[in-house]
Amino acid sequence: MKVLYFAWVRETVGTSEEEIEQTDAMGTVGALVASLKQKDNVYATAFADEAMVRAAVNQEYVNLDHPLSNSDEVAFFPPVTGG
Amino acid sequence: MIRVQQEDFDLAGELKSMTGGNHAIGGLCSFVGLVRDMAGADKISAMTLEHYPGMTEKALREIEAEAHDRWSLDATLVIHRYGRLEPGDQIVLVAAASAHREAAFEACHFLIDWLKTKAPFWKLEDTKDGGKWVDARDADDAAALRWNNQGTNPTSDKDAAE
Repeated sequence: MKVLYFAWVRETVGTSEEEIEQTDAMGTVGALVASLKQKDNVYATAFADEAMVRAAVNQEYVNLDHPLSNSDEVAFFPPVTGG
Repeated sequence: MIRVQQEDFDLAGELKSMTGGNHAIGGLCSFVGLVRDMAGADKISAMTLEHYPGMTEKALREIEAEAHDRWSLDATLVIHRYGRLEPGDQIVLVAAASAHREAAFEACHFLIDWLKTKAPFWKLEDTKDGGKWVDARDADDAAALRWNNQGTNPTSDKDAAE
């Protein structure tokens, strides 16, 4: 999966984009977040308050229970502040 | 039409080319967002707008399509800038044109309200204490929600107008 990060989520994680090979433990967006948090402290910090992070899959807003496949583009970012 | 760009835009020229030649248009409403020099008590020297290329355009096209579903519109235009901007700079333009003013006013208001809560842009403000990401405002969510509850004004609704 291609995983993108924006704004302060990007700064906290320390990268704007990474390729993550999907495992059985990453069946949904929420499960991906949980496994990232286990992997490294930067993710644990970025996702400490999950209510502060929005998710998109293939450029559509989704909830944490949204299923994932290895060809998906996943993005995590704060609530938007344009306009 | 939607555009996401770094460069500034010319309001008069954009509106003219948007309505140019279409004499069915009787009302054109536009909104321009500008960079303020204050955020609460903090003085802002500049801000940087980050966005999600691809999803931004997709979200703006969906918002525009939703406006056309709800109102009878002859033309709409959304231009949103990204990159570094200074106080007084134009950030965003939304405009809606219709035969009559109600649809133009309402659609313009709708476009900016929905854009603010759905289009993936983030503002980083330069303050004397360094860069500060702008927090989303509850008031913006409430403004966007209003359009979920009320739908459209029946006097400007497509079906009612026919």
